[in-house]
Amino acid sequence: MAEAVPFGAESLAGGRARAARRVLDQVVLPGEELLLPEQEDVEGPGGAGERPLRLNAGARSRLRVVCGPGLRRCGDRLLVTKCGRLRHKDPGSGSSGGVYWVDSQQKRYVPVKGDHVIGIVTAKSGDIFKVDVGGSEPASLSYLAFEGATKRNRPNVQVGDLIYGQFVVANKDMEPEMVCIDSCGRANGMGVIGHDGLLFKVTLGLIRKLLAPDCEIIQEVGKLYPLEIVFGMNGRIWVKAKTIQQTLILANILEACEHMTADQRKQIFARLAES
Amino acid sequence: MKETPLSNCERRFLLRAIEEKKRLDGRQTYDYRSIRVSFGTDYGCCVVELGKTRVLGQVSCELVSPKLNRATEGILFFNLELSQMAAPAFEPGRQSDLLVKLNRLLERCLRNSKCIDTESLCVVAGEKVWQIRVDLHLLNHDGNIIDAASIAAIVALCHFRRPDVSVQGDEVTLYTPEERDPVPLSIHHMPICVSFAFFQQGMYLLVDPNEREERVMDGLLVIAMNKHREICTIQSSGGIMLLKDQVLRCSKIAGVKVAEITELIQKALENDQKVRKEGGKFGFAESIANQRITAFKMEKAPIDTSDVEEKAEEIIAEAEPPPEVVAEPVLWTPGTAQIGEGIENSWGALEDSEKEAEDEGGSDEAVLDDMKMDMAAEVSDIGSQDAPIVLSDSEEEEMIILEPDKNPKKIRTQTISAKQEKAPSKKPAKKRKKKRVVN
Repeated sequence: MAEAVPFGAESLAGGRARAARRVLDQVVLPGEELLLPEQEDVEGPGGAGERPLRLNAGARSRLRVVCGPGLRRCGDRLLVTKCGRLRHKDPGSGSSGGVYWVDSQQKRYVPVKGDHVIGIVTAKSGDIFKVDVGGSEPASLSYLAFEGATKRNRPNVQVGDLIYGQFVVANKDMEPEMVCIDSCGRANGMGVIGHDGLLFKVTLGLIRKLLAPDCEIIQEVGKLYPLEIVFGMNGRIWVKAKTIQQTLILANILEACEHMTADQRKQIFARLAES
Repeated sequence: MKETPLSNCERRFLLRAIEEKKRLDGRQTYDYRSIRVSFGTDYGCCVVELGKTRVLGQVSCELVSPKLNRATEGILFFNLELSQMAAPAFEPGRQSDLLVKLNRLLERCLRNSKCIDTESLCVVAGEKVWQIRVDLHLLNHDGNIIDAASIAAIVALCHFRRPDVSVQGDEVTLYTPEERDPVPLSIHHMPICVSFAFFQQGMYLLVDPNEREERVMDGLLVIAMNKHREICTIQSSGGIMLLKDQVLRCSKIAGVKVAEITELIQKALENDQKVRKEGGKFGFAESIANQRITAFKMEKAPIDTSDVEEKAEEIIAEAEPPPEVVAEPVLWTPGTAQIGEGIENSWGALEDSEKEAEDEGGSDEAVLDDMKMDMAAEVSDIGSQDAPIVLSDSEEEEMIILEPDKNPKKIRTQTISAKQEKAPSKKPAKKRKKKRVVN
């Protein structure tokens, strides 16, 4: 980034802040400052550093703008902290100015409470399992956190098994804790993932895309052949199909989906469906 | 950071897939990943990409006094470093075993094979000799570091130019590059390492294992060879028992692979030389395609094959949509503007490249469904640009010289001899689109 932090809010000698509205859907880099719509008039286009005289300087219209991931407030402006495309969502109703956020690619997962993830059991110590979820620390999973587990009836979990569970505690100060039951005590699909199948890693953005409601990719894949698939929000996907060949095809398609346009994807699926 | 553990189901899946002769990325058992060689602006600087594994090599030289017992020979110094960006498991101080092993292997391969003429590095006997230092940095670890590192080392050495020296009586004159053109090193041959990974106690073998396959392998055999089929170094690790004919077979495969890789290196070196002579642009910035980070880009052809039960021909397609062409002026700061991005490639939309993968007929062993997955040959050739040359994987099957082995234990050879009977016709090339940056 060529621009340093500007010295003052109005001084544009050191850096130049762009209007957020004009940068929508474009790539922004960390360190850039963005002007919210109502500030553009004050700063002036291009900016020669002169402050226009305003009689009603104190009565600016206030818009409540929500700062999403990748953005931070810096004085009056938004400071970009992640590299990616700037997005905006208009508010449906109300006076808030909408949400701005940065769509960025990320492979490194940070545990978030409530996320369902796929973990790999690394150790069994006493009453808890240590599960690697791709974050900075392994999560702990109590053996009682499975459906139907009691002190006498322990779940059959070995080191190296795959676990699908959700986080109950996940913040930056403590090691994350996960469980394989929901609040009613039912498994609801969580627990140990079966023996065969292939685990592979993709970016977090792709997972979110695949888990969006009405995702076309999943529907098209489901039409190809019967399969089982588990998505972990930490970027891990587990697939299983009848034969190794099919599983490999699935894994490669899902990995490649990231880089394909919808048309290319349709072509590939059409070709696969023919054979 | 600790390495991500390998789960049981991955291990099982990989081993089962290998038993069925399938690899995760669709290669055949003897296929290499695509190799790209690109050069920097300095002489002796290169980056070699073997699939996703990347090694940066840099050669430098210095005048020093020679070793006492070798007064007329120059000094060679090799150093491979595993950078922390290569894998999360690499930490300073954590990777010593692997590092020592790789360094030792590299030294044996390059130094003991005498590929560089050290006598020619002598300037004044007993007083001044050249010390050549080869520094290799692993930038990304996706398996098979040793192959990539050996290619990077030899390419950097071939690319390097040392300053010219002349000795007249007692006077030694060292010319700067401006006064006299620097002189290449005298290299006799190019030793290149080829790695073979063994699974299931030596039953199955794969060439060029990637990172997943390295995790589940039983043992590794590394053969360093040059294109004259001379073995420079051979090392077997992992403690597996290998039979004599297995080792012989591996050496034959290595011979074939080394010939191809050597050819690719020569082409890359020639290209770079041509570009420099013509005064064109060279260096890393040129070899990186100028694309917007939001453009869709795929590096390899996706593996699409038909259902295993059906033996039908499959077409693998790979297409890249053209990146958007931007031409409006961008005002960076008051007083600095940029109009456009230099010469833009106006070739238009890319054409799809199609590859036909052929089916195996029945082979001699029990595995009836045998699919051959071909990958699109990547040919990137952009005019006079210093284009990284990509090795085409698909022709390898024809070039393997193997005796058909009737022994039922050797499952691998059966497959290869069956493949040899066919002469697959391949339509080459996917044209990769690159934009040049002119700043």
